[in-house]
Amino acid sequence: MENKAIICKDLTKQFGDFKAVDKITFDVDQGEIFGFLGANGAGKTTAMRILCGLSYPTSGEATVAGFNVYKEQELIKKNIGYMSQKFSLYDNLTILENIEFYGGVYGVSRAEIKARSADLVHTLGLEKEAKKLVGELPLGWKQKLAFSVAIFHRPKIVFLDEPTGGVDPITRRQFWDMIYEAAASNITVFVTTHYMDEAEYCNRISIMVDGKVEAMDSPTNLKQRFNTHSMDEVFYQLARGAKRSGD
Amino acid sequence: MEVLKFILQKEFRQIFRDKIILAMMFVMPTVQLIIMPFAANFEVKNINVAYVDNDHSSYSQRLVEKIAASGYFKIVSSPQSYKEGLKMIEKGDADLVLEIPLGFERNLVREGLQEVNMAVDAINGTKSSLGGAYLTNVIADFNSNLDVNIKASKSVVQGQAATIEIANSNWYNPHAEYKYYMVPGILVLLLTMIGGFITALNIVKEKEIGTIEQINVTPIKKWQFILGKLIPFWIVGMIVFTVGMIVMYIVYGIFPEGSLLLLYLFAAVYLIALLGLGLLISTLADTQLQAMFIAYFFMMVFMLMSGFFKSTDSMPGWARIISQCTPVTHFITVVRLIVLKGSSFQEVKLELLYLIGFAFLLNSLAIYNYRKTA
Repeated sequence: MENKAIICKDLTKQFGDFKAVDKITFDVDQGEIFGFLGANGAGKTTAMRILCGLSYPTSGEATVAGFNVYKEQELIKKNIGYMSQKFSLYDNLTILENIEFYGGVYGVSRAEIKARSADLVHTLGLEKEAKKLVGELPLGWKQKLAFSVAIFHRPKIVFLDEPTGGVDPITRRQFWDMIYEAAASNITVFVTTHYMDEAEYCNRISIMVDGKVEAMDSPTNLKQRFNTHSMDEVFYQLARGAKRSGD
Repeated sequence: MEVLKFILQKEFRQIFRDKIILAMMFVMPTVQLIIMPFAANFEVKNINVAYVDNDHSSYSQRLVEKIAASGYFKIVSSPQSYKEGLKMIEKGDADLVLEIPLGFERNLVREGLQEVNMAVDAINGTKSSLGGAYLTNVIADFNSNLDVNIKASKSVVQGQAATIEIANSNWYNPHAEYKYYMVPGILVLLLTMIGGFITALNIVKEKEIGTIEQINVTPIKKWQFILGKLIPFWIVGMIVFTVGMIVMYIVYGIFPEGSLLLLYLFAAVYLIALLGLGLLISTLADTQLQAMFIAYFFMMVFMLMSGFFKSTDSMPGWARIISQCTPVTHFITVVRLIVLKGSSFQEVKLELLYLIGFAFLLNSLAIYNYRKTA
């Protein structure tokens, strides 16, 4: 129990008659990279929003970083980082100002913010752009910056909702290098993606179909079980039975 | 507290980086205060008059000359009959028909009493009602001047003369009258716009671009977020109010008769109430378009019911009740009282209680309605 970052049991979210998330059960180890896959509309984002404390579940149990998703959302929020599908840094603030703001609201001290952001800007190679407005940066850089900001306060878990959508392959590769680095420093990474090559980078993945988790294992084991060489094929075999589509 | 400082720092950076908001902080109060009082006064000019003179006497001639000389009326024609005059109204050539009956001069001289007939085109409400009132005044004035010459029945004429004097006092100086009446009202309008619109749009914009979700997933507390939005716009509002006061003094020479401190106290509380309304709107709307519509709805009702355009005393009872339920009404009353009449705290303390009530109610609703977890 101690080294579990996320524990979900029969977690359900219902909107009227519609079960967006239908009794999902899984757990994620501390420091693991967990891929959360599924077609559009399968319920990934809804499940993720519950785990981030943005939405109340209808029934079931879940703890994130040891805190209850019904009652302790604000404690969960202290211990996680979140990067949404939508780019959510402020376009009309500079890189340093964005880092300062998000670091500050998580309670990082000013001195610490200064030191860490100097490091960060250096690692990202953005020294020249540090005082430029974020709105002027190309998308790939923005996404890398958004990820860095999401883990700036050193959370236990970081949730990434399709972080590499619309990003070129090279930047995606660099992005995954950053994810590995984060995981190496014992940050649990919970990531959704539609790119099956990215799924291969995960320690374990789960595949959601119509609100249910249909398969969960390491990419190698899943390929064996479905008797194929590619994750694409695994995903296709599972998701083609889906009744819901699009979102 | 430290977290709030980070939020405020971010808000101020964004506000001061927004050239349009900055410009509007100074341009809006200046332009509105300079233009509006001239455009939005209720004075009516160029009223087209047709007169039917059945008497053809020297008195009737003098009356017509007096009307023409007043500066408010344009004599467009003198039809032969009242019927013809009414036709001119139907065609829109005349706004007003005055019929001077046969025996006008004789009755005035002998009995000191004479009726004249007046028909008014009521389609343009303001023009007709004020035109009618002006004309009545001109005639009454004409009457009182006759009084000296003809020594007619004293009681009747005295009575009329008394009413004339009252009317004249707010008629000979219409510009000054409306200016003093409108300018304080516009100050209120400015604060109302800032409070109601800017906060609502600002927060809803964060919803639209998705940053609000990022905020909701941080441990920022509700009160920190709300204060982080209220304080910067409260300061912007007070700056706009101050700019407005300076313009009011420089352009119109109006300096509050009453305590400046008291006026600022009211402005401060009023702004908190309106910012609360803006916050409440932002919790209801998902897009800036929705926020605009909701804010507009409230603003229109507030402004129309507030006594900005029309005295609340002349509204029907139910309308007066609605009018009392808007913060704008109370603030306009107070600003006029303090600026023009120099009222003291004792005289307006009830209004302060009303405004504090509104501030408390609107902000509580907004806080209640704002959810970090849906």
